[in-house]
Amino acid sequence: MGVAVVKLGVGNTASVLYAMERLGADAQLTDDAAAIADAERVILPGVGAAAHAMAQIDAKGLRQVLTSFKRPLLGICLGQQLLFDRSEEGDAEGLGLIPGAATRLKISPKDVSPHMGWSQLHLKQAHPLTEGVAAGDYAYFVHAYVCPLGAATIAEAAYGASFAAIVARGNVMGCQFHPERSGAVGARILQNFLSLPC
Amino acid sequence: MPARRIIPCLDVKDGRVIKGVRFEAHIDAGDPLALAQRYRDEGADEIVIYDITASAERRVIDYSWLSRIARSLDVPLCVAGGVRTLEQAIACLEHGADKVSINSPALERPDFIGELARVAGSQCVVVGVDSRLEDGDWRVHQYTGSAETTRQTARRTLDWIVEAQERGAGEIVLNCMDQDGVRDGYDIAQLRAARDLLSIPLIASGGAGAARHFADVFAEADVSGALAASVFHFQRVSIADAKAAVAAAGFEVRPC
Repeated sequence: MGVAVVKLGVGNTASVLYAMERLGADAQLTDDAAAIADAERVILPGVGAAAHAMAQIDAKGLRQVLTSFKRPLLGICLGQQLLFDRSEEGDAEGLGLIPGAATRLKISPKDVSPHMGWSQLHLKQAHPLTEGVAAGDYAYFVHAYVCPLGAATIAEAAYGASFAAIVARGNVMGCQFHPERSGAVGARILQNFLSLPC
Repeated sequence: MPARRIIPCLDVKDGRVIKGVRFEAHIDAGDPLALAQRYRDEGADEIVIYDITASAERRVIDYSWLSRIARSLDVPLCVAGGVRTLEQAIACLEHGADKVSINSPALERPDFIGELARVAGSQCVVVGVDSRLEDGDWRVHQYTGSAETTRQTARRTLDWIVEAQERGAGEIVLNCMDQDGVRDGYDIAQLRAARDLLSIPLIASGGAGAARHFADVFAEADVSGALAASVFHFQRVSIADAKAAVAAAGFEVRPC
């Protein structure tokens, strides 16, 4: 299989599969550990809350295969948050692939939550994933928790405070926004992910 | 706030986009897939597809045209129309919707909002509210898909949107029926009152007729997005015109 899209339960993962289809990639939704381990690339989409998603990963026996995966791995939205050590959301233990903890959005009580809509990407480091993406390009976000800035931060976005919008550490990458619903910018990022050597 | 969203809405009946005036007298406005693609290309920040008669006819949205449209779009897609069970809502998500908007079924059984939020997450749950001024108060209407079935409920609009938020809605679309299709501008007073009570995003619906109406609703009601149908379908205002007016009024928009 080309791209394994990890199935964690109910959610709009069809959007991710359709995006792969538009880019001509061979992608399948699966929760089979062997199929994921054998895939060229893995996408971990976000579904539901962090504690629930990690419980699903453990119940399906996927923690080991995800943490030991050596080819390109992309977490999307909640999927990015799961790459970190921990999440405040339900006090969940993450996959520990990137240091730090996901925390609640730092906004004032009068600010609208969740952060839902299009916000600008501020590029912090060059990375193959953001080739062709310009500073200030917009991406579509839907989230109430954020990943911390750090050495893995490739791009930031801001809502209340700045947070990690794109992260990368070795073969492991994440987008807080939904590249599959971020127009041409998102399509470019997914195309870049599919073009990474594996 | 992120960029203010401009959201074209496709009201679909029998597989065609239609547009009514104050929910009656429908006229044909084209093929849903072609229009959805046109709006995506023109810079729509999200697209809403609403099977307007599904709820009144007690049937669910047609999944085959939903997935046909979802496959071709790379912007968020919200669907509405007759979704009254968890299975139906999940089927919408599995056919490519990012959000499901529930309206009459949420009024019939308010627990449905929380049940769907727990399974799919609040970000997938939009509560649509059709509201009209009656005896000095905004009241919720139900089964508005056709003139024969529409009826007023006992609920006050401002009570219902707060209840919907508490039950787990991730967004409210407030459709102000007195303005719908008449192109006189959004119902600023009602939307402002709603905005002041909510902490989740509020989307304005009903009344857009000119580019300045989009600027006005962001400036005066501070909503997260403005939804419109006929003004886009009949090309009276383009999405670019609407965004230019909003940007000129000092609000952030995603460039087309």
